[in-house]
Amino acid sequence: MTSTKPSSGAQTKPAENAPAAALHVGTSDPRTLILNNLRQSGIFVALVVIVALFAFLTDGLSLSPGNITNIVLQYSYILVLAIGMVIVIIGGHIDLSVGSVVALTGAVSAVVVIRQGQPWWVGVLAAVAVGLAVGAWHGFWVAYVGIPAFIVTLAGMLLFRGLTLRVLDNISLSPFPAEYNKIAAGFLNGLMGGAGYDAFTLLIGAIAVAGYVVSCFRTRVARIRYQQPVESFALFVARMALVGAVVMWFAWQLANARGLPIVLIILAALVLVYGLLTRRTVFGRQVYAIGGNLSAAMLSGVKVKTVNFWIFVNMGFLSAVAGIIFSSRSNGAQPAAGNMFELDAIAAAFIGGAAVTGGVGTVVGAMVGGLIMAVMSNGMQLMGVDQSLQSVVKGLVLLVAVAFDVYNKRRAGATR
Amino acid sequence: MSDHILEMRRITKTFPGVAALQDVSLAVARGEIHAICGENGAGKSTLMKVLSGVYPAGSYQGEILLDGKPVDFRGIRDSEEHGIVIIHQELALVPYLSIAENIFLGNERRGRSGLIDWNRTNADAAELLASVGLHENPVTPVVQLGVGKQQLVEIAKALSKKVRLLILDEPTAALNDVDSAHLLNLMRRLRDQGITCIIISHKLNEITSIADSTTVLRDGRTVERLDMRSGAVTQDRIIRGMVGRDLDSFYPDRDCTPGEEVLRIEDWTVRHPTQDRLVVDGANLDVRAGEVVGIAGLMGAGRTELAMSVFGRSYGRDITGRLYMHGRQVRARSVAEAISNGIAYATEDRKRFGLNLIDNIRSNVSSAGLRRLARFGWVHDNEETRVAEASRRDMNIKAPTVLSVVGKLSGGNQQKVVLSKWLFTDPDVLILDEPTRGIDVGAKFEIYTIINRLVAAGKAVIIISSELPELLGMCDRIYTLSAGRITGVVPVGEATQEKLMELMAKDKEPAR
Repeated sequence: MTSTKPSSGAQTKPAENAPAAALHVGTSDPRTLILNNLRQSGIFVALVVIVALFAFLTDGLSLSPGNITNIVLQYSYILVLAIGMVIVIIGGHIDLSVGSVVALTGAVSAVVVIRQGQPWWVGVLAAVAVGLAVGAWHGFWVAYVGIPAFIVTLAGMLLFRGLTLRVLDNISLSPFPAEYNKIAAGFLNGLMGGAGYDAFTLLIGAIAVAGYVVSCFRTRVARIRYQQPVESFALFVARMALVGAVVMWFAWQLANARGLPIVLIILAALVLVYGLLTRRTVFGRQVYAIGGNLSAAMLSGVKVKTVNFWIFVNMGFLSAVAGIIFSSRSNGAQPAAGNMFELDAIAAAFIGGAAVTGGVGTVVGAMVGGLIMAVMSNGMQLMGVDQSLQSVVKGLVLLVAVAFDVYNKRRAGATR
Repeated sequence: MSDHILEMRRITKTFPGVAALQDVSLAVARGEIHAICGENGAGKSTLMKVLSGVYPAGSYQGEILLDGKPVDFRGIRDSEEHGIVIIHQELALVPYLSIAENIFLGNERRGRSGLIDWNRTNADAAELLASVGLHENPVTPVVQLGVGKQQLVEIAKALSKKVRLLILDEPTAALNDVDSAHLLNLMRRLRDQGITCIIISHKLNEITSIADSTTVLRDGRTVERLDMRSGAVTQDRIIRGMVGRDLDSFYPDRDCTPGEEVLRIEDWTVRHPTQDRLVVDGANLDVRAGEVVGIAGLMGAGRTELAMSVFGRSYGRDITGRLYMHGRQVRARSVAEAISNGIAYATEDRKRFGLNLIDNIRSNVSSAGLRRLARFGWVHDNEETRVAEASRRDMNIKAPTVLSVVGKLSGGNQQKVVLSKWLFTDPDVLILDEPTRGIDVGAKFEIYTIINRLVAAGKAVIIISSELPELLGMCDRIYTLSAGRITGVVPVGEATQEKLMELMAKDKEPAR
């Protein structure tokens, strides 16, 4: 979906160019492309390097079908939180409470389903309702009272952790009924059979690739119609082939393990929806405007309070989704659930290129940032690295990633 | 050879892809006031950064001679040790520290124990303040001072460093006339005490009145060095050097054919957001289609406050009065409502209030009218690009693509982005607050041409400006504002600077 940014050499072509000829507009010079996209591609390169490093260190164990499935199951809720967090950060805020909200929504769901014996979907709805209410609470204080989000959500972190303890009466609740447990631990497999692998997973993978290629091609055609520079056709084909190959390999690995995890479908849907929301909707664009320059946004007619309010309501909603996934995966609710999740989500957003001052960041970047953290933690666990050392490494990676980003920006001579 | 305190010889400084300075030479005689003129982007600031060591020795070619001896500055500290101090346009004071603390920041007055000797600090500060003519207690926090006084604190700070060569970058850009005059007098006094001054300014009338000599830069090269002492060098002469041609008419001609009334305010009263006083008091004002109306007033007269309160109540509280658009009373209680009623307001401080500097031209142009590009909340981004491209072409915004980051553009181009943004909302009346502040002569002319084009297309324009010649050159009628009250409205044919000044200074006691 991300089209290559035009280089200064690749100006718009005159209008009389036929679309067929215009398919080749743009530059293929790899040097120019890499330099232009260092900021975006740097993060992908880092992910590839880290994946390769751990594949090497674990003798390929980290890329085995079973482990890939594990990574998806283990870190999906962090990625869900990172989606909301990057939007909060783009808006120039921060949310320290998401770990507590994950715990609270999971606890409410557990009380409804386990203690009161309601069906699984009532638990899901209850959790979402609580998440929205928490988001509205934060949004009210940040947007309408004007308290900095750091303070509001620090208070929320304590407040909602305390409420979690009260809701659970300080004890863990488990187990959930099988249907609820399936949300995070379930797989779609065997729907179409397959000899030793799950054909359905491969089909979904293929559909995803096809959808991606079609959408990219349509974007490309539209850009050409509007005489915008695009990458050369060969490069476009190469990029599509590369993305297709990676996705199909990923699907093949999943198909060879336990099939398509349900959480992966949820996550993919969220990434797609929020990717479009941030880039293509008025709301998303206003979030960037507020984070980039609050006063200018206000004087451009952006309803800053309303936008800020909904940023936090959305974060509450995604915290509830993460809470449901986490409680489902751990098959119960614990008072200490979700501890420190906020920091993983914030780290994912920053590694993914979000700016501390707001106005910069992407959902896809945050996902890659989250995956870098996930692959690292998982790889170190496979290698049996001590917990203490894992924490040290993760801390250093966060620091280096952001330092690299700052260095890049300075070299690009971006803002004063 | 005359006695030069500073000579910069054949300075060349290149950034990736651009040569910012090429073979620039500058010679400043000891004890003179030397002005540097040039359009934005001519290389004035770059030259001063080379001089002050911001760009260290080795990152440029050429040599710097101080008192005839070559010097290599590795940083600002280096140049300050040699007595060169630069005061930037954006003041570098810490708002919540006192005047004295700011003056001796990084250069603290310590007692024998190594702790700060506060008595000596404040006493020395008081002495320095007296020498710049600022009558304030040295323990006053800087935040309580106006811009003019803060500028004096900066100069006192420079004096505390035993300055021999003082560089002032646009010192009067944000000052009112009284403060500007005071500052220029101070510069003369410093010169008489033997301190050499370099002044960079867009205000050519100041340069002609104060400078002993002037160096003109254009496109990164030295054009000429003018001796100003004879008094024969006029502003037009300097402009010719800056732009490389004569601007036969600085303000483009326009036929005034006003049509229907577009905007009218009656009995408009605005209270200060935190203090209990009126900043606008019973103002009446109207503007017709195809007409340019000016608002003149001294700093603090309430010009910006009036405009912003009309623009969706974005300033002040307890706003009362009636607002009419096309003769019909409307409410504009929020910026969004003001925009949908056809009002646009381009702020006086485009960097702080007008633009998202870290985003690109395209997003900035569409930011106020994004809903025009959206259906059901979805933005049509190709259409957005087309709009931005059209603006880039029509406004002659100098940038490689519409995806260029706005923060990297020059002031004039940034202002064109601001205008594009408001034009895209298709307003009936445009309020332009200091539309040419801090932008160079060539871009000013372009902005004036754009304004005339808008008026010819039937828009109504209100210009707020501190530069009276600009108002006289551009407007059809000029309102004068003093202490929140409208003190007069003068058709341009009858207006002179003296007459406007008299009205602007009328009734100086603050409004109720």
